[in-house]
Amino acid sequence: MSTETNPEPGITRGSGTQADQEANQRARRVLFGCAALTVLTTLAIFFVLLDNAASYFFGARFTEMLLGAGTERTVTFTEFFTGTRWAPDHATPAHGILPIAFGTLAVTVGAAFVSIPIGTATALYISEYSSPGVRRKLKPTLEVLAGIPTIVYGYFAIAFINPVLIGPIADALFGINVGRYSLLSGMLVVGIMTIPMVSSISEDAMQAVPDDLRNGAYALGATKYDVSLSVVIPAAVSGIFASYILAVSRAIGETMAVTLAAGFNANITANPFDEIMTMTAYMVSMARGTSAVGTVQYQSLFAVGLVLFLMTLVMNLLNDWFKRRFQEEYQ
Amino acid sequence: MSTQTDELFGDVDLGWEHLKNRLFLGLIFAASMFGVVMLALLLLDILTDFYVGLTEFNINLVDFLTRSGSRREELAGFQGAIIASVMLVIVTAFLSFFIGVGSAIYLEEYAPKNRLTRLIEANLANLAGVPSIVYGLLALAAFRNGIGLGPIVLVGAIALALLVMPIIIVASQEALRAVPDGVRNGSYATGATKWQTIRRVVLPAAIPGILTGTILALARAIGETAPLLMVGALFVNRVPYGPFDRYSAMPTQIYAWAAEPSQHFIHLAAVGIVVLLTIMLCMNGVAIYLRNKYETEV
Amino acid sequence: MSTQNTDERLISTEVQTGENARANLPDEPVLAARGLDVYYGDDRALDDITIEIPKNKVTAIIGPSGCGKSTFLRSINRMNDQISVCRIDGELTFRGKNVYDDDVDPVALRRKIGQVFQKPNPFPKSIRENVTYGLEVQGKSATDEDVERALRGAALWDEVKDQLDSSGLELSGGQQQRLCIARAIAPDPEVILMDEPTSALDPVAASKIEDLIDELVDEYTVVIVTHNMQQAARISDKTAVFLTGGELVEFDDTATVFENPADGRVEDYITGKFG
Repeated sequence: MSTETNPEPGITRGSGTQADQEANQRARRVLFGCAALTVLTTLAIFFVLLDNAASYFFGARFTEMLLGAGTERTVTFTEFFTGTRWAPDHATPAHGILPIAFGTLAVTVGAAFVSIPIGTATALYISEYSSPGVRRKLKPTLEVLAGIPTIVYGYFAIAFINPVLIGPIADALFGINVGRYSLLSGMLVVGIMTIPMVSSISEDAMQAVPDDLRNGAYALGATKYDVSLSVVIPAAVSGIFASYILAVSRAIGETMAVTLAAGFNANITANPFDEIMTMTAYMVSMARGTSAVGTVQYQSLFAVGLVLFLMTLVMNLLNDWFKRRFQEEYQ
Repeated sequence: MSTQTDELFGDVDLGWEHLKNRLFLGLIFAASMFGVVMLALLLLDILTDFYVGLTEFNINLVDFLTRSGSRREELAGFQGAIIASVMLVIVTAFLSFFIGVGSAIYLEEYAPKNRLTRLIEANLANLAGVPSIVYGLLALAAFRNGIGLGPIVLVGAIALALLVMPIIIVASQEALRAVPDGVRNGSYATGATKWQTIRRVVLPAAIPGILTGTILALARAIGETAPLLMVGALFVNRVPYGPFDRYSAMPTQIYAWAAEPSQHFIHLAAVGIVVLLTIMLCMNGVAIYLRNKYETEV
Repeated sequence: MSTQNTDERLISTEVQTGENARANLPDEPVLAARGLDVYYGDDRALDDITIEIPKNKVTAIIGPSGCGKSTFLRSINRMNDQISVCRIDGELTFRGKNVYDDDVDPVALRRKIGQVFQKPNPFPKSIRENVTYGLEVQGKSATDEDVERALRGAALWDEVKDQLDSSGLELSGGQQQRLCIARAIAPDPEVILMDEPTSALDPVAASKIEDLIDELVDEYTVVIVTHNMQQAARISDKTAVFLTGGELVEFDDTATVFENPADGRVEDYITGKFG
């Protein structure tokens, strides 16, 4: 018997499903809009930073220039990137970013000296050595460390680390009198803050190393020390590196802890007990003042913000790259 | 026999190997404890200063919680800051929840596997790494000044919403992904459209995870200081009337106090920190309770 | 019922009660494929399938793993659409209308064709909500009678009538599968597709569902994919044999396929020489 076309089987468009299909299409469009807004956010950040930084360097924002405003070279790139005095709000202004860039980098490097070794060691301990009981207590502790707001770290620095730890040591060992703030305090507190980042991500990377690799080494008579250093770490190195870069990126952008720890004195110094100013601390100090829109101080906020944003962007892209390399190896 | 053993294993100095292993273990254990010790010191310091503040400096806790901020240390209170923070969190939740969950639904259920989708996902990863102060700059230029809203709660909430949105999106994506595909297929095969499936089956199943992630994100937001400082949440000593009023929130008030050289203000800051941490602890507790309660289902 | 050549009898085709009556009814096709090819990317999963599936009978689809049985099933209600690399050539018609025509809405199609999956997949909702789901997505309100009718039709009513508001996930595996059947028949489809519905169940639960199929076929057309040849022989009226490469090598009355297949490869498969 052949298949004759029976009375309409009712499966075409318009067989009672239009309303639902239309609702589905509408929902899809709205939801896409939500996702697109996140892309818009990044564009907005770029736009706002560049636009206002333009007024810092060229005397007018891009948007104002489009409307015909004139431009004048207010701050040259040379002065900005090579000048060694930073005082945009001073009576005799200077626009050299090096002191506060130095502050940021010094704190970042110092913090890395704290978080990278300790974080890696912690990750190794949790992943290879610790008993399940210790692991159950140690991991949540580190999560708590990670969840503490940065303002609390800042308080810890100014109320304890600087006066109680660093002050007496500087006095006893070097005879130096430490003020309210010190570079060392900033390095320490940002370092402590970023330990969980390094330890948690490195530990994930180490856990992902297949046990077969370890067992092969153990069967050859290696100790845990050998296995950890010569099998686990090399195998997990991309993930571990990704964690370092993430911690560095975090340290660069850190604001409250470092502001209350390291202070507001924009200078380049080799003395870790000195007060310095990071880029983020500068931005906070401007907020404390009353910078009217259009003033050089206000514009400088965005120029510094742009530099900060680009630095962390590069770090984040690097981190992505390392993470992808790591995923390729184990997935 | 022993000479044979010596010949077999004579060249392997196992004593040193084991010693090295134990020394290494000691080293990395000490390193792991560094973080724990620091946390203990931090909490101890806060609690001590809190206690000292209440006793030596006579900071009355009830007054602290019911008075607004003031330039004069004896009259300083936290009430304005607490209410401002609560207001901020509520507005932030409104701004970030729907767009965040909506984005997650799009990415998990609708988005085709093409370059545009990869771009959106890569962009989200980058947004999560942007320093919080930059979100403050964005809100400052675009909303406080650009549109001219001024240093009001709404602008601060916008900055915080942008900050926590990537967190909410990722948590929601994970909650949606945890809903098994079998259940989706069951719905499609019964003649439901994708949106019907999402609305009736997937979303209800994922809501507990989504809420948990959102509450955790908001707990993070309530402790953020830098973006609020950028949009001017400082120097206000009273309770804000609403989202369109000026304000000083808990973290910014703590910062204002901690930055003062006077010891009294430092201890006020410690008391404020204890209040802030308690509220954050409660929020985290609610989130974890939610997660545990609904983890057994589905 | 068939020749009892003990040495060569391949599989027992002891029939179920209904099959005798159904065997006497003529075949009225409700689903038909003509030259159907299905590709996943460059791999061909189904090769030139031509078949007419009759109304109100049980059609079993058997064959070794990977021979395209499930692919064929999914092509009927266009669940294959979800796989982006899936490509169709040829024709598959439902009551004469090619389901792959441009003007066909797959959602409308799936409201006429129900599916039961290998692993029971009830929604994390109450039993009642599971059953009424199909009607509610069509914008129809479901009455208590609808719920009872569907649960009775799935032989589940007596076991759950006092707990309609409890979660469907609290039922046993076999009960969950019957709940999925109730969910599939509540919106009154014309065809029910079953993809290895008993392979995840214990033998007692499986046998309950086999009995159920015998009753369901009075109202619906049943197409069942199964890797259990005994099951196919027990419950089906017609059997289609697919072999590796997506080829349909035989389609006939069940008794014929199992006792006197035309294609030698079918005999090899059934006697276990391969597959």
